[in-house]
Amino acid sequence: MKRRDFFALLGGGIVVLLDDEIYAQETGGPRRGGDAPAVPLEIGAWLHIGETGVVTVYTGKVEVGQNARTSLTQAVVEELHVPPESVEMVMGDTDLTPFDMGTFGSMTTPRMWPQIRRAAAAAREMLLDLAVRKWSVERTTLTIADGRVSAGDRSASFGELAHGEKWTRTIPASVPLAAAADWKVAGKSLPKVNGRAIVTGAHKYSWDLKRPGMLHAKVLYPPQFGAKLISLDASAAEAMPGVKVVHEGDFVAVAAPEVEKAATAVAALKAQWKPVTAAADYRTVFQYFKQTAQDGAAKAKNLTPYTIAYIAHVPLEPRAALAEWEGGKLTVWTGTQRPFGVRSELVQRFGIPEERVRVIVPDTGSGYGGKHNGDAALEAARIAKALGKPVKRNWTREEEMTWAYFRPGGLIEVAGKTAPDGTITEWEFHNYNSGASGLHSPYHIPGKKEQFHWSESPLRQGSYRGLAATANHFVRESYMDELAENVKLDPLAFRLKNAKDQRLCDVIVAAAEKFGWKARQKTAGRGFGIAAGFEKGGYVATCAEVAVDPKTGAVKVLRAVVAFECGAVVNPEHLRNQVEGAIVMGLGGALFEEIQFGEGKIFNNRLAKYRVPRFADVPVIESVLLDRKDLVSAGAGETPIVGIAPAIGNAIFDAIGTRIRRLPLMA
Amino acid sequence: MNGGPRGVDVDADRTLLSVLRDDLNLTGAKFGCGEGQCAACTVLVNGVATKSCLTKVGAVEGKRIVTIEGLAPEGKLHPVQQAFLDADAMQCGYCIPGMILGAVALLGRNPNPNDAEIVIGMNGHICRCGTYPRVMRAIRALAGNGGRA
Repeated sequence: MKRRDFFALLGGGIVVLLDDEIYAQETGGPRRGGDAPAVPLEIGAWLHIGETGVVTVYTGKVEVGQNARTSLTQAVVEELHVPPESVEMVMGDTDLTPFDMGTFGSMTTPRMWPQIRRAAAAAREMLLDLAVRKWSVERTTLTIADGRVSAGDRSASFGELAHGEKWTRTIPASVPLAAAADWKVAGKSLPKVNGRAIVTGAHKYSWDLKRPGMLHAKVLYPPQFGAKLISLDASAAEAMPGVKVVHEGDFVAVAAPEVEKAATAVAALKAQWKPVTAAADYRTVFQYFKQTAQDGAAKAKNLTPYTIAYIAHVPLEPRAALAEWEGGKLTVWTGTQRPFGVRSELVQRFGIPEERVRVIVPDTGSGYGGKHNGDAALEAARIAKALGKPVKRNWTREEEMTWAYFRPGGLIEVAGKTAPDGTITEWEFHNYNSGASGLHSPYHIPGKKEQFHWSESPLRQGSYRGLAATANHFVRESYMDELAENVKLDPLAFRLKNAKDQRLCDVIVAAAEKFGWKARQKTAGRGFGIAAGFEKGGYVATCAEVAVDPKTGAVKVLRAVVAFECGAVVNPEHLRNQVEGAIVMGLGGALFEEIQFGEGKIFNNRLAKYRVPRFADVPVIESVLLDRKDLVSAGAGETPIVGIAPAIGNAIFDAIGTRIRRLPLMA
Repeated sequence: MNGGPRGVDVDADRTLLSVLRDDLNLTGAKFGCGEGQCAACTVLVNGVATKSCLTKVGAVEGKRIVTIEGLAPEGKLHPVQQAFLDADAMQCGYCIPGMILGAVALLGRNPNPNDAEIVIGMNGHICRCGTYPRVMRAIRALAGNGGRA
C-alpha cells in the first residue's frame, strides 16, 4: 500500500507509522522486484484510528494458535485505553500489512509487541493533541479512558476526535515504554479475542475458503522422493466429465468441481517413473549423517552417541491454498507462517512484480514451524493459471506427512568429565544435522567444546517448534544425569552446583520445589527426572514422574511440573496454555513420534500409523510462571518444549536403571 | 439438518464431510485425516458423535444431523461452547468444533462423567496444540449438568 493510499482505503482519521530501522537492517527488509517500494522498507507496523473510532492495527505477523492476535490487541489496549472490541488486528496480508520476515523464532512478543505498544502510545498522544487543539485546554487536564478523551465536563470519543483529520505521524522504534510493573491490561489474562468465532465454527481457515467457480485440485506425486516422470497417460482422467488435467514437465495435476472427483481422476492417471536409489533409511541415517558431515566428523574418542528421529509437525489443518488470477494479479489465501516469503516464492515462480501478488493468511490451524513455505500456494497458483479458474489445493494428511518437511533427525555425540566434588571440568558436544539451536550449555563449564556439523539429509527438513533445542537439551540434560550418576550426586544438586546463571538456578529451584523433588518417594517401577535449559530468551526447568510397566516396558508419564521464566508475562493464562501445549506436544517427540522412511518413501504418513499424543497420554501438568517484571518479555511458544524429553528420559533411568539414548524413547 | 429439513442432490457415495463443507457451506466440521483418527470432522447424527469423513452422505438420509453451526440458536452459545471459552480450551481452534460436539455427545450419554470417563469418551479427538487439560477442565465444569447448564 502506498502512503497516500492510506486514507483513500481507510477513510479519514489518524495514522501512526512505526519506523523500525534496526529491524529492517537485521532482516534485510523485503526483497523487491525493482519497482519503487510501496511503503518505506523500515516500517514495522502501522495503526489507524478511523472516524468511527475503530482502531485498526496492521502487522505482518500471523495467528497460528499462539494467541498473537490477543497479545497484540492487549498491547493496543494497554497504551490507547480503548476496549478490546474496538481493536481490529489485520495480520499477514501482503497488500495491507508492512513487510515481516515471518512468525517464527518466538519473535512476536520481543519485537512486534513493543512496536505495537509504541504505535498505540503515539496515537494516544495524537488524540490528546487533537483535544488540546479543539478545546483549547491544558494538556494536563485531559484524561483518556474507555475510548474517550475527557476534560472537565467535555468528552469526545476517539472517532469524534479523529473526524475530519488526515494526520500521519512517523515515530521511531526507540520511544521508551512504561515499565511492566505499571501495566494495567498487559500482564493480565485477556481471553482469546476471536474465541467465539472458534467455538461456533464461524472462523474460516484456509481449508474452508471458497471462490465462485472454484475447482478442487490434486497433484500427482512421484512414488519416491526425487523420481522423474518417464511417461504419462492421462486419457482416462481427461475422459471424466468436469475433470481437467494440467501437465507441465514433471508437474501433473487434475482439477474438478468436487474434491472426490479430483481424487478419482488423479488415481486414474497412469504414470511411469524412473526409480531412485535412496541414500539412507530411518535406521541407517545416523551413520549417514556422520559420513556426510561437511566439516569432517569429531576426532575425539569415547564419545557417547545419542540419536534423534525425524518427526512430523502434524498441524491438524493440513496445508491448503486457494489461488485466483484476476486481471494479471494473483491472490492466494493460504495458511503460512511467512506470508511475505510465500509471496517471494510466487513472484519468482511466475516472474511477475511483487505488487501483482497478494498473499492473505487467515488465522491458521497451527504450524509449529511446519508452514514456512508456499508449496500448496505454488501448486494452486500454477493450476489456476493453467485453467483460468480459481483453484483450491487442500492437502490430505498423507500429503502433509510426505511432501511437506520434517523436523531434522540427528546424531549427537557427547563426552564430559567431572571433578570428585561434581564440578564439570570437560565438555565436548557434537551435533550432526539436527541443528545448532540450544547447542551451548547454560552451565558454567570453562573450555567446553560444542560444534554443529552440517550433513546431508535424505529427507526434506526444516523448522519445528524449538528447532534443535529439543534435541540438544535432550542429550545435554540426559548426559548431565550420566555425569551426576558417576559421582553419585543427586541430579538437582548436580545441576545447581554447575549452574552460575541466576535465572537458570531460579527455574530449577522453582520446579523442584513445586514438584516436591526432595520429598520424592522411590517405589518399584516409578521414577523421577529433572531437566533444565535456556532458549530464545526464556529459562525452563521441567520435572517428570513416570511409571514403567515391568513386563512391557511401556512408559506412562504421570506428572510434569514446568517452571518457566520469560521476562515480564504478557498474558498469564495464554502463557500457561502455551506451556501445557508444549508439554503435550513434547511428549509425542519424547516417547513415540518417529518418521519411518526408506526407499525414498515415508512408511507411516498417516495418523493410524503415526501416533501423536491423545487425552490418555496426558499427565497432570503444573506450571510455575516466574513473572520478572524487571525484564523484557521473551516469546514463549517454543522454549517450554525443550525440557520434557530429557526429564522423562531421566525419570525412566531412575525407574529402571536403563539409560535410553534416543528420541523417541519408546521406539 | 440443524433443526430443519435440508435437501441435497448429490452422489450418495460422497462423504458427509465434503457435502457439509462444499455443498451446504457448513465448514465448521473440519478435515484432519480422512481416516477417522482425529475426529475433527465430528457431527451429531441422531445425537451420536459421528465421524463425517467416514460416513457416506447416503447413510444419513432422514436422520437428525447437528453441526457446530446448529448447536445453539443464532447469537447464542451452547453451555459446552461457553465452557470451552471459559477454560480457554483452544489454541489454533481447528479441532474445537469436533471436540465440542464430542463433548456434547459424551455429556448426553453420561451427564456426570469422572476424569477417566472423560478421557475414554474424548480419546478419539486429537488436539495437536495440546489443549487436552483445558478441554478436560471445560467438560469437568459441566459434569452434573448434563451439558445443559
